[in-house]
Amino acid sequence: MSSRHLISVQDLSKAQALGLLSTAKELARITDGPNKKLPTLRGKSIVNLFFEDSTRTRISFETAAKRLSADVINFSAKGSSVSKGESLKDTAQTLQAMGADAVVIRHGSSGAAKRLADTQWISATVINAGDGTHEHPTQALLDAFTIKEHLRADAQDLSGVHVVIVGDILHSRVARSNVLLLDKLGAQVTLVAPPTLLPVGVTEWPVEVSYNLDDVIDKCDVIMMLRIQLERMQDSYFPTEREYARRYGLNSNRLSRLKSTAIVMHPGPMNRGLEISADSADDVRSVVVDQVKNGVSVRMAVLYELLGGAPINVEAGEKK
Amino acid sequence: MMKISNAKTVDGKIISLEIENHLISKVTESSAIDEKNGLNAINAINAINAKGKLILPGLVDLHTHLREPGREDSETVASASKAATAGGYTAISAMANTNPVADTAGVVEQVYRLGVEAGYCEVNPIGAVTKGLNGEQLAELGAMADSIARVRIFSDDGKCVSDPLLMRRALEYVKTFNGLIAQHAQDPRLTINSQMNEGVISSRIGLVGWPAVAEESIIARDILLADHVGSRLHICHVTTAGGVALIRWAKQRGIQVTAEVTPHHLLLTDDLVENYDPIYKVNPPLRTEKDVWALREALADGTIDIVATDHAPHPSEDKDCEWQAAAFGMVGLETSLSVVVKSMIDSKLMSWSTLVERMSTKPAQIAGYEKQGRDLTVGSPANLFLLDPSAKWLVRRDRLNSKSKNTPFEGMELPAVITDVFYNGIQTISDSKVVPVPISNSLNLNFLHQGKDLN
Repeated sequence: MSSRHLISVQDLSKAQALGLLSTAKELARITDGPNKKLPTLRGKSIVNLFFEDSTRTRISFETAAKRLSADVINFSAKGSSVSKGESLKDTAQTLQAMGADAVVIRHGSSGAAKRLADTQWISATVINAGDGTHEHPTQALLDAFTIKEHLRADAQDLSGVHVVIVGDILHSRVARSNVLLLDKLGAQVTLVAPPTLLPVGVTEWPVEVSYNLDDVIDKCDVIMMLRIQLERMQDSYFPTEREYARRYGLNSNRLSRLKSTAIVMHPGPMNRGLEISADSADDVRSVVVDQVKNGVSVRMAVLYELLGGAPINVEAGEKK
Repeated sequence: MMKISNAKTVDGKIISLEIENHLISKVTESSAIDEKNGLNAINAINAINAKGKLILPGLVDLHTHLREPGREDSETVASASKAATAGGYTAISAMANTNPVADTAGVVEQVYRLGVEAGYCEVNPIGAVTKGLNGEQLAELGAMADSIARVRIFSDDGKCVSDPLLMRRALEYVKTFNGLIAQHAQDPRLTINSQMNEGVISSRIGLVGWPAVAEESIIARDILLADHVGSRLHICHVTTAGGVALIRWAKQRGIQVTAEVTPHHLLLTDDLVENYDPIYKVNPPLRTEKDVWALREALADGTIDIVATDHAPHPSEDKDCEWQAAAFGMVGLETSLSVVVKSMIDSKLMSWSTLVERMSTKPAQIAGYEKQGRDLTVGSPANLFLLDPSAKWLVRRDRLNSKSKNTPFEGMELPAVITDVFYNGIQTISDSKVVPVPISNSLNLNFLHQGKDLN
């Protein structure tokens, strides 16, 4: 990759993104064998700096780093110096002083990862594992990887794939990163949400927007359901949980109208019975478990390329 | 006695001017440059050859955060006074959101006294509209008005007087002493946790939006209230094209509304936020290009009456952090004039004489600062300054006189270099540097009260 950091999907060219996906595929192939571990990052220290609770993403990064033989330090804000009022700057500098080569940061403030990368606070590589309502680039990469494996395994990119993303677009870093990456890779994206959960500037995004899930459910190749947070109801983004589920949930009726070749995705954790019904989550078209598995491969690829592993698949894309 | 010769006025005359006993004692218009460089003055040390320089009445700011009492780590009345004089200001107005809040006669008198002691410019306290800025109960407005600080402007700035009934009462109540309510127009319910202008950029970078309508709905409401009760209303830091349209409408109807714009809203736009550098975090937020042009036109045509700095010092730890953790605000006293020159004069939207109107005459009138914003004629208090309109300067945060360094203009080359400033006839800036002010000025308490009797 051209940058030392991965903050936004915008940091990646199309070729670099595709390169990461093929590196991920190659790494997946190797670690699917009897020996899951590669020696590539032996001696490197990676800090998981998590200011928000996220067991899934943290474990995924931890697994990825360990499979590449890196040392992993997990730092969570709860019960740490941060809860005593320590600033992001001081926390980051403390970890850097302990020899971190890379910092994987999850933070509730949009732009926190970018600040860590842009300022002179630390010199380590910064990987954004979700910043506020901004971006979650490795989630977008693992989603693109999953879509490609299922629908375009032998194609150059995702041209012709129609992806529908449903739910709280306004507050979703997953949606922002996915829109940017899917557009870059040639897919067509439709966002479906009540107007209250769409940002006012969505008109400038490279997407179609619909308020009605039933209008698009039978036309898409991928349906990605976003987790709805129940506290949104208190803020009047929608009247009740049940009304949201009726209008925007993936239920049995809608599942039956979905193309037989389509796939159902969800970044997790799922609210079964709210944005996704149990039969949808467990349907043969659901690839939710694949997403988790692919998450490890994609994060291995990101760590591998950013921390200077030797190219393993030179044809696949630009390497540094 | 001080003699300034060969200075050019904003309407193009070349004048020589003498200062004696705190007043302008003599003004002569000369047809040609006095090549003797003022050597015919009594003492050449007290003579300035201002050839090539413009002479202006001292600037007047109606919106300054001085942070004292409470946050003396970020600014004091004395450090802000030095910053003010370096920026050509001879009067500033101390906003009420200190700790304790300036909501009693005791606090405003303290701030007033600190200003006199500093002696670099007039420091006029603004009183809070509501107790503790809580928006629930009126502060003792009359006591502040009657205090030695003679407060006439009241504002909960930083917070909006959002309760319409309380705003109505405040507008009515201050009529007894010709007071003015300066509203920070921000509907609190439409701006919960807001971080930046709501629009294309906020949607992309995932920061909570501060929509233009949150400002405009309050402006519209307050204009109608001011009309209904026949009171004066001042709108702080207007930032949107829609707000400008509402004020224009109100003025056409004869409603007594005045408005201010900050220098930073005349020059900077919300795309600067894209890198999440909190130096650009300010309330109200930076808006769009369209808004900037509407504000410039409104300032040029007088819909917006004045420029006000909203000088808001913050210590480095409140900006050297992630965006959401950072404080809102920018320092502005020392860059204000140059930013206005860049955005309004260099772009040919406004003349120098209109600049004097917007930054000196009109703010002094609105606030009733009788010794400020006066013509440069014999008998006027000697509050004035010289600047080199053709020189440029590089903004360097380390060279600011303000205790805080949170300027968004760091590294920018700006037009117009202020070389000499006189406050109350005493030179406070010489060769662009702050000079120690003689004790006589700082102890001259009586001076500030002369001519300030209201009845």
